[in-house]
Amino acid sequence: MPTAIEIFKHLPKKNCGECKYPTCLAFAMQLANSKAKLEDCPHLSEAGRNALASSSAPPIRLVRFGSGKNVLDMGDETELYRHDKRFFHPTAFALRVADDVPAEKIEEKVDQARSLRFERVGQVLKLDAVEVECRSGNVDKFVQAVETVGRSIEWPIVLRCSDATIMAEAALRLKERRPLLHGAHAGNATEMAAAAKASGCPLVLCSDKIDELADLVEMVRKEGVEDLVLDPQPRDMKDLMEKCTIIRRSAIRKTFRGLGYPIYLGMPAGKDGMLMAMTAVMKYGSLLSFEDIPAAQALPLMVLRQNIFTDPQVPIQVKADLYPVNNPGPDAPILFTTNFSLTYFTVLSDIEKSKMPVWLQVVDTEGLSVLTSFSAGKLTAETVKKALEASGAKQRSAKGVLVIPGMVARMSVKLNEATGLQVIVGPKESSGIPKFLRTLG
Amino acid sequence: MTQVPVPKEKWTGSIGELELGNSPEKGGSRRPVRLGGNKGAPFLSFEDAFPRKMILAGFVADTLEDVPRPVQEAFGDAVKDPVSWACSWASRGADLICLHLTSTNPEGQDASPENAAETVMAVLRAVELPLVVYGSGHEEKDAKVLERVGERAKGERLLLGKAEETAYKSAAAAAMANGHAVIGFSNLDINLAKQIVILLTDFGVKKGDIVIDPLMAALGMGLEYSYSVNERIRVAGLAGDGMLQVPLICDCTSAWKAREATEDMPKAGDTLERGIWWEATTALAAMLSGADILVLGHPGAMDLARQASSGLGGEG
Repeated sequence: MPTAIEIFKHLPKKNCGECKYPTCLAFAMQLANSKAKLEDCPHLSEAGRNALASSSAPPIRLVRFGSGKNVLDMGDETELYRHDKRFFHPTAFALRVADDVPAEKIEEKVDQARSLRFERVGQVLKLDAVEVECRSGNVDKFVQAVETVGRSIEWPIVLRCSDATIMAEAALRLKERRPLLHGAHAGNATEMAAAAKASGCPLVLCSDKIDELADLVEMVRKEGVEDLVLDPQPRDMKDLMEKCTIIRRSAIRKTFRGLGYPIYLGMPAGKDGMLMAMTAVMKYGSLLSFEDIPAAQALPLMVLRQNIFTDPQVPIQVKADLYPVNNPGPDAPILFTTNFSLTYFTVLSDIEKSKMPVWLQVVDTEGLSVLTSFSAGKLTAETVKKALEASGAKQRSAKGVLVIPGMVARMSVKLNEATGLQVIVGPKESSGIPKFLRTLG
Repeated sequence: MTQVPVPKEKWTGSIGELELGNSPEKGGSRRPVRLGGNKGAPFLSFEDAFPRKMILAGFVADTLEDVPRPVQEAFGDAVKDPVSWACSWASRGADLICLHLTSTNPEGQDASPENAAETVMAVLRAVELPLVVYGSGHEEKDAKVLERVGERAKGERLLLGKAEETAYKSAAAAAMANGHAVIGFSNLDINLAKQIVILLTDFGVKKGDIVIDPLMAALGMGLEYSYSVNERIRVAGLAGDGMLQVPLICDCTSAWKAREATEDMPKAGDTLERGIWWEATTALAAMLSGADILVLGHPGAMDLARQASSGLGGEG
């Protein structure tokens, strides 16, 4: 985004106020901060509009593939560090199948991809796409393989094929699915660009040299293809880390359009490949393609993605409910805490450590921690009472004891009045829970 | 042909250097390790030609109460004795030993400071790696334990843990009086991390004797907070904030507290392998966000962390 002064140069400087800002300069400042829209100025000249529209395009282009409800968004990122705002589009994971194996084998692999699905703090963690690799050298086989995949799963598809003639025909025949085409390199870029243009599909450009990637972008854009993805073909973790950083920084810090596209990365098999994939999740990868994802590594990889792509301003929340910990019976006490995931996980792990049976009531505090939610009026005798009623806690625990976090001991009396339970003040820090529970008996 | 200039950030600061363990020439008996010294963001050779040495510390405790079962099983009988446990780590290529004197907890075995110091000395005799030494986490008792450990191991340049905002003087004094370094602990917040460094330096600890622990939350248990707090600390240090130009220690063993690291789950593969990756993933996030020392519990996780560190172009 250009600075306010650069924008101001293109404005009519009439200070008419029709944009709802008193002066053109004030409007320019709002535009520079993305708080106003160019269309709000009715007197902007055609030339000014064009100049500003192109310079205010996002630094990394949003590229989509897939069709219908199954579309993957990549790019449109604005940050180098997630703490500056957030990372928007979670790294997508594709599993690769080859077209030169029997249909059952393809279906088997698709089933494997589908089976790697987990639910975690209210979100579904899964793979996102299937990549079909043309190894047969035969366009009919290639298209057939894609159709086999398409019949068994609705996910977006990547076509991997280095023969531009086969790719051109396959892309045309499959264009309804809007697959991502992988990929063009210096030797076939013109033909691949023609295939992408004719089918309207996005195209991956491949080169292990950053300079050459930028050249390919320029060349393919001249052919009229704008939906591009970059594959910098890293050799190893170091190469991946450095190339992805150079691409992302060039796009964001330097607004260099030649590299302002999402990043595709092919992952080698084995532990090195998984470590590369995890690095790519943290360092700017948009789409990763795997030959194989061992089940034991899939969950750590997906949880890493879930963590890194969390909006830092919106904490992960746990469902408000009554959770049994260490097999509690009717004589176990009720403890309550907030639905801020970090608080919940800490309290849960400390109760588990104590090995004492407990009913843990999670109260919806909109993701705020104990003291913050208390100050904000989200954790009150009333909200705790409602949570206990909604979960039927009193029917599960007959002990008649409710343990309150030590930090909010001052609401004990009100809580006793609201719930009729004996309120016992627990420790201020979660780490004191094991000792507290042992003395509570 | 286009020439894409490499977009280097213009950092004005660098991370202070620090050595743990004194060699015989300096009056100790250790094979020292150096850390810190970075002048750019982690693992970018175009920004910081300094070959980054990732220090991998093996977790050892003198009671087994809180030690995750898969970690115990990886070492077999060796875990029954901190000396043999430490030797086992040394033979597996650890750079440091991180010894927790949990036996001193008054609510548990309540071992005396003298006993605990004897354990430290026995480990020092058995391995030549530098040591990180923690008490049991019991504030009053730790003060006595660290004081005694500090005296007995004078000259060995231990890293003593831990000084917190509410209790930093005893750990700091134990370090200052005997030439050790000290860990400044804070709870997932860049301002608190800075605060503990200010408190320690005001108290008289030299900045070159401080390592900070901003609390590494494990994968699935708040990892994203730690990742961003670490990144912010490192960025602030490189951008010139002197109070944050200190090395970072990240304890990744908390990964074993996650249910998903130890519970059998359908479709999620072998439980032990998943647990090892759970710790290794936590370690990788710590590395990329700026850690200098990683504390690891499972040898399989240490192997993966080492593979990642050398894969990213760091030594060792």
